[in-house]
Amino acid sequence: MPIPATIEVLTSETFAILEGSHVIQLTGQIRQQASQMGMSLLDQTKLSTAASELARNILVHGGEGKAQLECIRSNSKIGIRLLFSDRGPGIANVEQAMQPGFSTGIGMGLGLSGAKQLADEFHLTSVVGEGTTVTILKWVND
Amino acid sequence: MNDSTVGTLRPKKNQILTLWMRNQLADGSLRDDLMSNDDLRAQSVELLDCLFDTLTDDTLTMPDAPSLSPLIDQLTNISMSRARQGFTPRETGLYVFSLKDALLEMLRHERKDDPNLLLTETMRISKFIDSLGIVTFESFIQGREEVILRQTDEMTEIATPVVQIWDGILAMPLIGTLDSSRALVVMENLLQEIVRTGSGIAILDISGVPTVDSMVAQHLIKTVNATRLMGAECIISGIRAEIAQTIVHLGIDLSHVVTKATMASALKHAFGTLRIEVNKSAARSV
Ligand SMILES: Nc1ncnc2c1ncn2[C@@H]1O[C@H](COP(=O)(O)OP(=O)(O)OP(=O)(O)O)[C@@H](O)[C@H]1O
Ligand SMILES: [Mg+2]
Repeated sequence: MPIPATIEVLTSETFAILEGSHVIQLTGQIRQQASQMGMSLLDQTKLSTAASELARNILVHGGEGKAQLECIRSNSKIGIRLLFSDRGPGIANVEQAMQPGFSTGIGMGLGLSGAKQLADEFHLTSVVGEGTTVTILKWVND
Repeated sequence: MNDSTVGTLRPKKNQILTLWMRNQLADGSLRDDLMSNDDLRAQSVELLDCLFDTLTDDTLTMPDAPSLSPLIDQLTNISMSRARQGFTPRETGLYVFSLKDALLEMLRHERKDDPNLLLTETMRISKFIDSLGIVTFESFIQGREEVILRQTDEMTEIATPVVQIWDGILAMPLIGTLDSSRALVVMENLLQEIVRTGSGIAILDISGVPTVDSMVAQHLIKTVNATRLMGAECIISGIRAEIAQTIVHLGIDLSHVVTKATMASALKHAFGTLRIEVNKSAARSV
């Protein structure tokens, strides 16, 4: 689903994803931000879990990359948008990668499909040999 | 008049010490609970001795000079130990910056007839102490990071205890993030205790695990399967409502795993399996 263009970015912070501890730090930061913005505990958990999947994908499949945490507003709604990007090998068959249970590694293959389920919006672009970018978004009280 | 900056200040070491101590003691944030005034004085004497032993007019403008390394080392040790002791960055920074005030005050007195020279020398000393300030902060942060690292290591060790809560029932409360290396420790500890105690049921409580993503779930499922292979049953407890819903959205299938919301309900289940009945006694014996 395309992300509407009328989004206003209120704050933006970028985190390097280079090792496992960065994933933990990031999910903690997201939780804190989400709770400050008044997101329900369930949505906080959904968003931080989706973030954990995507950040881990960067480490496992992309090598290293970064995550951008944005507080956004669109009309009267506020929410959190997360952008995960790496310059890894990219994904040749995106449709296949999105299938629940598909994995080229030893994982359960539920990261991408799960993150899509957990977020309000999900957007993936990948170019083989150049890298992968995944954007997810969760509104407060949607 | 002596036109060497360091040469002018060196004979005034004791007076500089007095000024420096006065500055430090005057500051409201002085932590005499963490370090006595005598210790602070001894530490300041040592640093000042080292400063005047190593510093020359040349190295004043070259804070990276190898001949200054004893000074830098000493400063590094001081700020790292302050970080460990629990001083704030502000307190640690003030220690060095209050020396600048003392040196400049002395210099102003010595150079009252030559304002031009005073200005040049003030700039140099100021810059030099600033670079010492940077060293102080770097090593202070390094000291803090070492503290954090040590705590993390300790946590990983203590956060995987296996406790026998009943004859034949083990419990393992997990606290913190379950990464792959920790998951392995958890599984090993649990299997080892099952064998050692001959227990038939293990309760893995995840109340303290902040995020259950597909990797954590995979580790939990592996642990459950491994305990089954040992002939024991593994119950996962402490699945909060929001975690349960998130797991479902992720598409993780835990239907073949016994899960309970609380450790208490897991224990009840275990009692049922082991045919143990726990009853409140009807009357208190007199
Ligand atoms: N950032 C990425 N760069 C390259 N390939 C990726 C990236 N993210 C995902 N993939 C590919 O998509 C597949 C599916 O990803 P997904 O996260 O769903 O499963 P997984 O990571 O293999 O396992 P799990 O996340 O369940 O532990 C991966 O196996 C990998 O081949
Ligand atoms: Mg994944």
